[in-house]
Amino acid sequence: MRIESSCGSGVKPVLNLDDLLNEAVQGRRLSLEEGVALLASPDLLSIGRAASLVRRRMHPGDRITFIIDRNINYTNICCCRCRFCAFWQEESDPEAYIISKETLFKKIEETIAAGGTAVMIQGGLHPKLRLEYYLDMLRSVKERYAIHIHSFSPPEVAHMAGISGLSLRKVLLELQKAGLDSLPGGGAEILDNRVRRLISPEKITWEEWMAVMAEAHQIGMKSTATMVFGHVETLEERVKHMIRVREQQDRTGGFTAFIPWSFQPKNTKLGGETATGADYLKTLAVSRLVLDNVPNIQVSWVTQGAKLAQVALAFGANDFGSVMLEENVVRAAGVNYRVPAEEIIRCIRDAGFTPAQRNTGYEIIKELS
Amino acid sequence: MELVLDGELADLERKILAGERLSRADGVRLYQAKDLLAVGRLADLVRRRKNGDKAYFIVNRHINHTNVCENLCKLCAFGLEAGHPRAYTLSLDEIEAKALASAGERISEIHIVGGLNPDLKMDYYVEMLRRIRRALPDVMIQSFTAVEVDYLARVHNMPVEEVLAVLREAGLDSLPGGGAEIFSPRVRKLICPRKISGERWLEVHLAAHKLGMRTNATMLYGHVETAEERVDHLVRLREAQDISGGFLTFIPLAFHPQNTGLEPQSVSGTTGFDDLKALAVARLMLDNFDHIKAFWIMIGPKLAQVSLTFGVDDLDGTVVEEKIAHDAGAATGQFMSKAELVKMIRAAGRKPVERDTLYNVIEEVF
Repeated sequence: MRIESSCGSGVKPVLNLDDLLNEAVQGRRLSLEEGVALLASPDLLSIGRAASLVRRRMHPGDRITFIIDRNINYTNICCCRCRFCAFWQEESDPEAYIISKETLFKKIEETIAAGGTAVMIQGGLHPKLRLEYYLDMLRSVKERYAIHIHSFSPPEVAHMAGISGLSLRKVLLELQKAGLDSLPGGGAEILDNRVRRLISPEKITWEEWMAVMAEAHQIGMKSTATMVFGHVETLEERVKHMIRVREQQDRTGGFTAFIPWSFQPKNTKLGGETATGADYLKTLAVSRLVLDNVPNIQVSWVTQGAKLAQVALAFGANDFGSVMLEENVVRAAGVNYRVPAEEIIRCIRDAGFTPAQRNTGYEIIKELS
Repeated sequence: MELVLDGELADLERKILAGERLSRADGVRLYQAKDLLAVGRLADLVRRRKNGDKAYFIVNRHINHTNVCENLCKLCAFGLEAGHPRAYTLSLDEIEAKALASAGERISEIHIVGGLNPDLKMDYYVEMLRRIRRALPDVMIQSFTAVEVDYLARVHNMPVEEVLAVLREAGLDSLPGGGAEIFSPRVRKLICPRKISGERWLEVHLAAHKLGMRTNATMLYGHVETAEERVDHLVRLREAQDISGGFLTFIPLAFHPQNTGLEPQSVSGTTGFDDLKALAVARLMLDNFDHIKAFWIMIGPKLAQVSLTFGVDDLDGTVVEEKIAHDAGAATGQFMSKAELVKMIRAAGRKPVERDTLYNVIEEVF
């Protein structure tokens, strides 16, 4: 298939999609323009097949991993008030909350009892909580439980720096000393400031988001990276997001996984419609092809449902994500897919793969043959 | 780029490219193939050959006139005994009102199916059809599965041909494909022991075709059936189509276990792989069917859209109100607007075509 490239000005080179996909499978790095051409192409199956071959090259064998963990949202009070988010509340709102330590401990104990190995503690940007609150939370958890703490996305870390007057590096070192093990990749949305001004004007810029990740990687903390697509961004901005993650990964190498998921419009100010199934699969496959230096691509069953998440395993994904015991943010946006561990295991097996439980660092805990 | 990953299906690819008919063994291999995308690519090839870039949809309205049913099949969460607190039967006035209330869309088809209700006789069905025909003269009526037609024939001790002729005279245009389930007697004994046999189902459809009525065919998959039994189902439909050519579309229906008599036996719902393969294998086996339809109510709009690259050329329609799949736990909505259908098809890179029941084009420029 020959298609005209849709971006760039002046000379319009003609790309041969099949050649391009073959080269990507061999390991050639794709350009921004090539990524956009793939996203614009209707040839979903060729893109999926190439992504699947890359997945096989990067993950020989037929293992698909998952993690048992829990999301804990310590507060829904947030001064960021993003237009695409249905979770945040004002401090004065009757539904606003900050969880108590007892509740936090109880949730962690339930996680451990269910075979969980990690907690992802995240919250809104609370205007009054001090850095000491977060440090104390981490210390009190680590004192009691042997569990990996994968917590605080870059907007929260930047917020803590703002509140404490400390540098990002200093905040991260304090958090690490108190027990923080790794950072989740949230708050990335689309890593482009035009889009951020439209959907999350109060949130940190893409450069600040990346700066938090760079500092974290430099002090030995790993992180993931997410992308929320299907709202106001262009295809070019989607690929730009991937390339910015790739460039950072070349420098610091700390991203363990990339997790694309589509914007969920219900109950948000932004509104509109959610991305289609074909758009999700294509975006996931293109991220596998463009992000040649990020080892893992995770499906998002929370936003796509178990059926489409399973199909994504044939489009380049190698990780089913988290068997989450609790999830509040996406649920607030009107999406409520409940997938118990057995269902995830069945989906993986039914797709012809071997399920394996992993930890946050992608080490295998046990394979379920 | 070579078409098939690992060449697992290379010989089938040659057959398909040559337009050769696939065997039962080929069908079983396709169901068991690990490489979902390879099966998809083969089905996509056939789909493109038959339908080009077109993807069809219909602006329609479903009505389920009664949930009282003598069969009480284990596979079903909809049918109830007469006298059950949730049992209902719509009056002819209510049916007419529903037919006229179609969520603001200009519909081209009314789709009516219901249970085997011993209180409802021929006059109810005839009057229903006449009133809809009078109220909506330009709308096609695709109603009553082979199971319902056979029931009327038995209740009135009439030949099925005569029942069909009377219904047709009153306004019936086409039969929907429901009640086919899986033709295998072993499976029917487990999931719907009181329902008509597969042979009888095919007889009713062939009788309709003889009268010049076009009909649809379905297959309910994802319960207790084997891959061989699915293939057998498809081959029997293919043979019937060779005889009459009267089938318009084939629609695989994903089994939903919730609230059915099979739920206690912990039959799980279908996976995404199951759903896409059911559609793709149907496209490959049913070489004499023009159309393969994904019913978004059953598999969700996202997967239905994806299936357009797995052999599907039809996404059904606006529906408006649906009770049978929803009683069995379908989590989908009950209505999709024409604009949403058009957008979904476009986003998959296809040309949306609004059709009527018989696949006549109503509109293709949006």
